[in-house]
Amino acid sequence: MMKRSTVAIFIVMFVFWVLLSACINPLKGHYDHIRIVVGMICAAIATSVSRDLLITGKEDMTLRKTLRLLLYIPWELWQIVLANFDVAYRVLHPKMPIDPRIIEFDTTLRSDFALTTLANSITLTPGTITIDVEPERGRFLVHAIASKAADALLVDQTMQKKVAHVYMEEGGGE
Amino acid sequence: MLGIGVTDIISIIFMAGGIFFMVTGAVGLIRLPDFYTRLHATGKCDTLGEVLLITGCMIFQGWSFVSVKLLFLIFFIFMANPVGTHAIMKAAYYTGLKPWKKGEERR
Repeated sequence: MMKRSTVAIFIVMFVFWVLLSACINPLKGHYDHIRIVVGMICAAIATSVSRDLLITGKEDMTLRKTLRLLLYIPWELWQIVLANFDVAYRVLHPKMPIDPRIIEFDTTLRSDFALTTLANSITLTPGTITIDVEPERGRFLVHAIASKAADALLVDQTMQKKVAHVYMEEGGGE
Repeated sequence: MLGIGVTDIISIIFMAGGIFFMVTGAVGLIRLPDFYTRLHATGKCDTLGEVLLITGCMIFQGWSFVSVKLLFLIFFIFMANPVGTHAIMKAAYYTGLKPWKKGEERR
């Protein structure tokens, strides 16, 4: 019997095909049958190849995590805008107020998705770029462009708490 | 009067913001003192600059399959850009490139 996750991947792949190839257009009543069949075949092949990569089989409460991730993204986008104004200010200021340093800190995060999300978020937000992550201890090595940006990660730890909340790990306030 | 609609104006605002951030990234690439700080300018400003430019194109294009494709582009830029920046940074760090400290001469 086919698993639900397999069917879900197939549907996502097929919707992706439809959106990119524009073979179904309900507004104009336009249906390109050959492309729909080809798309189904391609989606089936892509599903069978990528199934083991996309579904690791040890995730639970996926829907709830996805919803929380969707709530996290707007906050993250706002942080990205702030990051860009911060960098623009530092670059265009005549004296260039930068004071780069490398910082290290531990987190309570352990799962791959949570670590990846935090690493990407750090790279995109004000004045910090992830250099390396040690998954076993949740240790992050981060290059910060100024002391204010470093303090946001070392002292406030807002981002770590938010990511932990999204992936329901320790330290997420639950 | 000039045949410019509201959507055109909004898309022009978005594109102008995108160009501003791309130019800032380029200026940062020239002005900042070393490899790591230059990555800050390019890695961040390029992400938002590209996304704003594409958003402007989406609004200009209106509701069609083309704008859906552009939305996918934004998604993939947001996934790929931080990973690329991180990979370059990690490679430089483990090759032994020393980060610039305040007060040193620029390289």
